[in-house]
Amino acid sequence: MAGFQGAAPLVRVRGETPLLPHPRRAADTDAMRLIAMIARRCLWMPPTLFGLLLIVFAVSHVIPSDPARIMAGENATADQVAAIRHQYGLDQSLPMQFLHYVDDVLHGDMGTSLFTQRPVAEDLIARLPATMELALYAMALAVLAGVPLGVVAALRRNTWFDHVVRLVTVAGLAMAAFWLAILLQLLFSMWLGLTPVQGRIDGWGPDPITGFFTIDAVLRGDWQTLFDAVRHLVLPTLTLALPAIATIVRFTRAGMINVMSSNFVFYQVAMGIPRHRIVWKYLLRAALIGTLTQIGLIFGNLIAGAVVVETVFDWPGLGSFAVNSILHSDYNAVMSFTVFAGVIFILTNLAVDIAQTLLDPRER
Amino acid sequence: MKRLLRDRSALFGLVIIVVLVLCAIFAGVLAPFPQDVTTYHLPRRLLGPNAVNYFGTDRMGADIFSRLLFGARLTILIAVIATSAAVLIGVPIGLVAGYYNNRFSDLLMRVSDVFLAVPQIVLAIAIAQTLGPAIQNVILALSITYWPFWARLVYAETRSVRNEVFIEAAVALGASPLRVMVLHVLPSIASSVIVRTTIGLGGTILVAAALGFLGLGPPPPTPEWGRMVAESREFLPQAWWYAAAPGLAILLVVMGFNLLGDGLRDALDPRLSRGNDGP
Repeated sequence: MAGFQGAAPLVRVRGETPLLPHPRRAADTDAMRLIAMIARRCLWMPPTLFGLLLIVFAVSHVIPSDPARIMAGENATADQVAAIRHQYGLDQSLPMQFLHYVDDVLHGDMGTSLFTQRPVAEDLIARLPATMELALYAMALAVLAGVPLGVVAALRRNTWFDHVVRLVTVAGLAMAAFWLAILLQLLFSMWLGLTPVQGRIDGWGPDPITGFFTIDAVLRGDWQTLFDAVRHLVLPTLTLALPAIATIVRFTRAGMINVMSSNFVFYQVAMGIPRHRIVWKYLLRAALIGTLTQIGLIFGNLIAGAVVVETVFDWPGLGSFAVNSILHSDYNAVMSFTVFAGVIFILTNLAVDIAQTLLDPRER
Repeated sequence: MKRLLRDRSALFGLVIIVVLVLCAIFAGVLAPFPQDVTTYHLPRRLLGPNAVNYFGTDRMGADIFSRLLFGARLTILIAVIATSAAVLIGVPIGLVAGYYNNRFSDLLMRVSDVFLAVPQIVLAIAIAQTLGPAIQNVILALSITYWPFWARLVYAETRSVRNEVFIEAAVALGASPLRVMVLHVLPSIASSVIVRTTIGLGGTILVAAALGFLGLGPPPPTPEWGRMVAESREFLPQAWWYAAAPGLAILLVVMGFNLLGDGLRDALDPRLSRGNDGP
């Protein structure tokens, strides 16, 4: 590294001897490795996206014997079917159709909805904030409730508290989301009258800045709207969050129990470090790595769960768009929703991968 | 097995599943009104739970309890066939990809990763929508979306036993790759496959019910539990039993499989922690 004797060291910072491994250079290579790692993860994006499009194309064009027939709807005449077949290029060879499809999607063109006659991509983007608002609040609730519950359940292992938490998590994972949604609606909206039955807001939402009603209301200082938006948010968020809470509790609890018996904890106890500090600082950090790996999966499940939850609460997001498209046999819209959800899912997983690389030194 | 029976919650799960299977087999005998799957009695519609109709009646005046019992049959049918198909596709792919270490095994895993890149229910919706509402299409949609979970699991487990001494010994004795995979690798990873399959059955039931709820399941008058909940919605809040009963059935059954899976995990393989991932 330092070259032969008498030669100037390659990198020299004033006041430091070049004999020891250079601290800054070590940090540099570390950062380089990290960037390389992240770049490698990003490189997997295009093939995964390509595979996603291939699957959706196979589902929409190869499985059905006559896609034009399905696209045209049940009551279409032979002429209409033929027109659609020509209009969408379905009379070309399958590989050609696939190339056209990939080309269109890459240009942000997901075709036109057969029901609304509007570009599907526009509809999806317009509905994205509603779903995101719901999913992010559910995620926040899941983490804020799940992590402390998991920690306390681990600390009070096999007490009544642990058993109650376990019962709730087992039930939370086994409950059909649509059923929980309907029960909550029945109890809080219909019988107690505390929350609205359906919808995202009464009347029109605040003028969009971010598209998140709660944030927009705060930014505009419109507290009445904020209150209304929150009232509409409570039940769908709760429904969506419950399975996520259950997953986080289970992972946090298992992680905590796993770490609790390790040597560094004995050492810290012996050193007289206060118990709450050991638990909430050192133990939790080690235990949460396992939970973090699940965050990507949980978020994906939230987007998927939104399909059902939005339907019950008539929440104007991506999920209810997909279900409405199913009801109208709006074939193109359903397929585009699949691609869209897949892309969100892939991006989330990429972000989680990168976050994990940054947080967990063992990953490097 | 003994350890499993000592685990009270696993035992509870087992009991639920046994009851479910018995209900499914003897639905025709147990149901007070077996003909109510297809016939209706409009004068008796939307009655609350009473001594004749334990869980009340639905919009057609049919006995909900009887329909639930026949629904159990359907639920088991869908879950078992779809999960078996997913296992039969996923396990061989995972075995081959884990055993060999070449381009082809990389490709297999890439393909399953792409499938995992779409949320299961979303892909299942797309497939079920293309094929139209029918039992066999629900089963097909679920199998196509579920196999990668088993492929991933078996791949990881195979990789971890691949370099064990007993595998090396078998190879050194001249066993063919197929023989090594089936007779040596597979038995040593069977326990985690069994655990995942048990929990997977519960997951399959949940997704199948969601498809039914969205109208992508078998068409009426099939007594599908998810569809029954969907039908009840226009009669709320009055006919609460109509929504409550099928959902409760789903909850109990899925909980049964999850609890049994957890118990099996603890009994078969103490190494594995109680997490929850995959279906």
